[in-house]
Amino acid sequence: MTQLLAGRNLALGAEGLAEHVRRLGPLPVPGPSFIEVLERSGLKGRGGAAYQAGMKWRSVEAQSNGAAVVIVNGAEGEPRSLKDRLLMTTRPHLILDGAFLAAKAVRAKQVVLYIGEDHRAAHDSMARALAERTNEERRLVRTVAAPARYVAGASSAAVHLVDAGIATPTTTPPSAHQRGVDGAPTLVQNVETLAQVALIARTGSPTGTHLVTVAGGVSRPGVLEIQSQTTIADAVELAGGPSEPSEAVLLGGYFGTWIRAASAWGLALDHDALRARGLSLGCGVIGVLPGSRCVVCEVAGIMRYLASESSAQCGPCFFGLRALADACTRIAEGGTDHLDLQRLQRWSAEVSGRGACHHPDGAVMFLQSALNTFPEEFAGHRAHLRRSA
Amino acid sequence: MRLAVDRIKCDGHGQCAELLPELIRLDDWGYPIVAQEEIPDRLVPLARRAVSGCPVLALTLQRRAR
Amino acid sequence: MSDTLLWYTTRGAGAVSLVLLTAVVVLGILSALRVQAAGWPRFLTTGLHRNLALMTLVFLALHIITAVVDPFTHLGWLTAVVPFSSSYRTLWLGLGTIAFELLLAIVVTSLARGLIGHAAWRMVHWLTYASWPVAVIHGIGTGTDTLSAWLLVITVACVVAVIAAIGLRLTARPRDPLKEPRTTFQAAVQRPETR
Repeated sequence: MTQLLAGRNLALGAEGLAEHVRRLGPLPVPGPSFIEVLERSGLKGRGGAAYQAGMKWRSVEAQSNGAAVVIVNGAEGEPRSLKDRLLMTTRPHLILDGAFLAAKAVRAKQVVLYIGEDHRAAHDSMARALAERTNEERRLVRTVAAPARYVAGASSAAVHLVDAGIATPTTTPPSAHQRGVDGAPTLVQNVETLAQVALIARTGSPTGTHLVTVAGGVSRPGVLEIQSQTTIADAVELAGGPSEPSEAVLLGGYFGTWIRAASAWGLALDHDALRARGLSLGCGVIGVLPGSRCVVCEVAGIMRYLASESSAQCGPCFFGLRALADACTRIAEGGTDHLDLQRLQRWSAEVSGRGACHHPDGAVMFLQSALNTFPEEFAGHRAHLRRSA
Repeated sequence: MRLAVDRIKCDGHGQCAELLPELIRLDDWGYPIVAQEEIPDRLVPLARRAVSGCPVLALTLQRRAR
Repeated sequence: MSDTLLWYTTRGAGAVSLVLLTAVVVLGILSALRVQAAGWPRFLTTGLHRNLALMTLVFLALHIITAVVDPFTHLGWLTAVVPFSSSYRTLWLGLGTIAFELLLAIVVTSLARGLIGHAAWRMVHWLTYASWPVAVIHGIGTGTDTLSAWLLVITVACVVAVIAAIGLRLTARPRDPLKEPRTTFQAAVQRPETR
């Protein structure tokens, strides 16, 4: 079974082009029915939203008249996620293969590598890999540095930066695949998704695996390639096991959902099974909260972060998230006040859906998930004598 | 027809809520919460007035789409 | 007799136009400042601003038509649209023409705001700060030989009102509470592309 991270030991760094071709064969030329192959594969995006990749490609191709743009999204704005950087530093040619396949299939005239400005290793690895490619391929590509802000990784922000030099999310519609860079249909695809595409082109089907980042209270935090039947407990074990007993798991990053540890361990990391329970892998971060840390305080800290990452373009997001974060902080530091709990509910309802992008929605869903999963903790929180960091 | 707000253009002037309190109210920070339902016929002229009254053209009327 | 009536109408309509234009400018500034009070909603300031602007055009039309039709002034219709084309008080009338045309541009773009979009509308609207002083100077310049007390008082009152309003605008803190955080964030995410 092919896997994304198959091949040389990851600790040895990037796989060069010769080795890549020796292992997997040369890059196939995508036939006219490649998008159909992609659609039938059911490949979902790995950026967090899990859109059907084939549908996106179909939409961009339909409106492309040779001027389409492909944005290779390696921004990885989620603070705890490491998978995209790992792919870029160890298997850059998988990503480039996927990017060039996309460019041919949607008839793009430009491929943009969108890499975090602080992620030097990823940037250098992709640049070295690009230098090994053909002239024709290299001519298509330019690299744009993604600012180190949470929202800069969102599709519309990526398009906005490439198009107008500023990485703020924009109002949709129109979305990127309708009108993006220079007004042309733009395909924004996560690096892991493109790596999957590179393998689908050779084998006809995706690997059936996912990259996840296990973070927090585990002995060996880091990236794992797992299958859909892998459970959260399996993943945590592969990451060295919990460093201390844990009560809570945050699945999917800061826009993800909280699960009580006891319920989490047996959960299979299968997209459909998770969906059925109202959960999602999201950007693939499995956050294990150490038992010594307080959920309420952790939630308040993350809410403060998400509030500070608002692009301040929309009042309800900027002021609403700040108000929610302040209320969470009051509960965390001063103990629960039932008025604050009421405010959390009221403001959550008022903030959701009233921003131009999904940042406030994600933050509200994160908070609601915490309130629904740990109601007693929020209802009866008292200030800690010694604040946990 | 229904009302739509361009959230980035909106600067919280609040004139829309003054002109169409039946369908628009302001949140705690002065930004409009707009009813999402179909606008009743009797309110359509007032809705048009609210749309033209927005100082930054953030409020628009949209036909039922999709 | 009818000549004197025309002449008085020209001057009267001119004076009214100046007062109305002053009110329009002040209301525009108050609109930007988002002033409101119990019983005075913000849409009232904006609504008055727009309606008085249209009224100004009406009185301006009266002012211009009576001036051109008046045989004493020897003005042709061309002087209403081509600045500095009259032999009679060339400079001061020319300024009046300019003020009129600026105002026309501002009003037309405002009526077509939905078509041209907010950004283009806003750029043209800044011309207000040119149109009003030019109109004042036109009024003073054309009225020097027949300056009467009431016209002087009106002009001074208008100038004081606009200066006060501008002072208020310059000293007030920004009314858009997102202005500062938005600018800060945008500065943080602006990047030149790297190859």
